[in-house]
Amino acid sequence: MIIELMIYTGCVLLLLGAGFSLLAAIGVVRFPDLLTRMHAASKAGAVGGGLVLLAVALVSFDSAVALRAVFGIVFLLLTTPVSAHLLARVAYLSGRQPTTPMVLDELTSKRR
Amino acid sequence: MTAALALDWATMIALILLGLALLVSIVRIVIGPTLADRVLALDLLTVVAMGFVGAIAIRTGLTLYLDIAIALALLGFLATLAFTRYILSRGRMTQEDPQ
Repeated sequence: MIIELMIYTGCVLLLLGAGFSLLAAIGVVRFPDLLTRMHAASKAGAVGGGLVLLAVALVSFDSAVALRAVFGIVFLLLTTPVSAHLLARVAYLSGRQPTTPMVLDELTSKRR
Repeated sequence: MTAALALDWATMIALILLGLALLVSIVRIVIGPTLADRVLALDLLTVVAMGFVGAIAIRTGLTLYLDIAIALALLGFLATLAFTRYILSRGRMTQEDPQ
């Protein structure tokens, strides 16, 4: 009973993760600007990969595998915002103006 | 529907969705107007490939694939870090050239 419940939950999480990854890819193609594309890729992409790893942790009935999968999720959730922040900052500082005008620009003094 | 059959169907559908995600993000890598767009799409590509390897790990039952997935996540993070350093140094050079 509990085993079947965990397998069904893993199936749902796997499909959710795959759907989030597909939505992130579609957002990266469809959005008009680098910063909005980054909004799609860094949030939906990290959630998609994390949900797939969580499905691996649920479906494999092994504590070592589940622990490794949870470590992978934590690593993903720690590193994706860092890389997105670095990429946005570098793309801003290297002088490329975004196509859509910003409401507030707090980094104008840092722009070289 | 038994649990094994549901798992079979779910991994098949997830593999199809993740393959579509890989193809769609490759479109952005090809047409990306700036280098930062391409780096962003490559970052997303490694995360989606990690999910693909995770789905294969569920489908085949070989949990060694999970280590490959974690190594792929680490590789994607380090690649994005290196690319941002490269864009930063290149941007500085192009900024200083006209002066």
